[in-house]
Amino acid sequence: MIPAAFEYHRPPDLAAAIAALRDYGDDARVVAGGHSLIPMMKLRMAEIPHLIDLQAITALKGISIDGSTVRIGAMTTQAELIAHDGLASLAPILRETALQIADPQVRYVGTIGGNVANGDPGNDMPALMQCLDAGFILAGPDGERTVSAREFYQSAYVTLREDGEILTAVSFEATGGGHAYEKQKRKIGDYATAAAAVLMVKDKTACSRASVAMTNLSDVPVWSKAAGDALAGTSCGPADIDAAVAAMLADIAPTADNRGPVEFKRHVAGVILRRAIARAWSRA
Amino acid sequence: MKKMQLTLTVNGEAHDVLAEPRELLIHVLRERLGLTGPHIGCETSHCGACTIDMNGRSVKSCTVFAAQADGATITTIEGLGAPGALHPLQEAFREHHGLQCGFCTPGMITRAYRLLQENPSPTEAEVRMGMAGNLCRCTGYQNIVKAILAAATEMNTLKEAAE
Repeated sequence: MIPAAFEYHRPPDLAAAIAALRDYGDDARVVAGGHSLIPMMKLRMAEIPHLIDLQAITALKGISIDGSTVRIGAMTTQAELIAHDGLASLAPILRETALQIADPQVRYVGTIGGNVANGDPGNDMPALMQCLDAGFILAGPDGERTVSAREFYQSAYVTLREDGEILTAVSFEATGGGHAYEKQKRKIGDYATAAAAVLMVKDKTACSRASVAMTNLSDVPVWSKAAGDALAGTSCGPADIDAAVAAMLADIAPTADNRGPVEFKRHVAGVILRRAIARAWSRA
Repeated sequence: MKKMQLTLTVNGEAHDVLAEPRELLIHVLRERLGLTGPHIGCETSHCGACTIDMNGRSVKSCTVFAAQADGATITTIEGLGAPGALHPLQEAFREHHGLQCGFCTPGMITRAYRLLQENPSPTEAEVRMGMAGNLCRCTGYQNIVKAILAAATEMNTLKEAAE
């Protein structure tokens, strides 16, 4: 499988990458790890006359932690997320999620920036970022801005990123408490049939705060405010969990595909969310 | 489309290669450098037959453009051992019947090499997790896992003896 011909660019810094996007307009696309884009190019579902490789831009790499504030450069790979002990102790849900993405070889090259910026509803990091209430930092010709992960996704592959912008980092406040990323997939390397990201903060015996987001159950990741609200202020008994699952099911809109019909996906979504809540609560 | 001059260090040897940007790394390795150890299996980054070691990471070379690898240091199965001087992983795959048809084997061994660099004494579960990106359609994995665990022990013994 040979992709259509293109010109390759490896800008040394962010300014040069933004300039290349401006110069080539619709003919240009940035590539991070490339494990979503390159298969599309090989299948000729994407033709990109100018490929702008971000690998040389050191400012896009690395994880910084300042108190409870975490900032992860867009070119940080899933393997680097998994290996980072500081991140694992402050926000262990990142490692738990990253370990369920694809396989080791893909995790060595796949980046958090590519995973969240691509807008593929099958990707796992977008729902996690919504669960964490993360912000996405976008740099363009007019400077930098931050967009909430909960607002970023418009429809499949359509986001609030402007054509001339590059997603440079994600940032969030670690909340502590219990966490779980639970994913049902048909086999290693597959996207989720359903996945749930859950964060729960415990105050004595009650849940003081909960955040729930779902992967691959709509054309965008789904942060279910109602599901989190259904758990907050409760002791997470069976009726409370039933209410949270019902609220989540009202927020998702799965479509039938080779992972199953709609009813099956809704069933799996409920099972997965129950498991995620149980695990998060046991760790809270 | 204009060709690019690429510099790759492969199995310890520097190569200057002229290639189109769209050429995949697996094609450059196999067709321009004659290294036919890494195989083309699924060509969709699932099977792992094309796995090579690039800058200290296991990479599926069917999903990397050669242009992205410009400046990289690469090891293929040809760089791990040679006839008469097999790598402990190669010996262990032979000893434990870790292959039947052999098609997946170069990718398996190259991936296992990096796994054992990062984790010299893995548990069986860690081997299975670490090898999840490589598919075998013959052996059912049991003997592959056995071979890797045996190679780990052998490599640790050799390392201790050398110290």
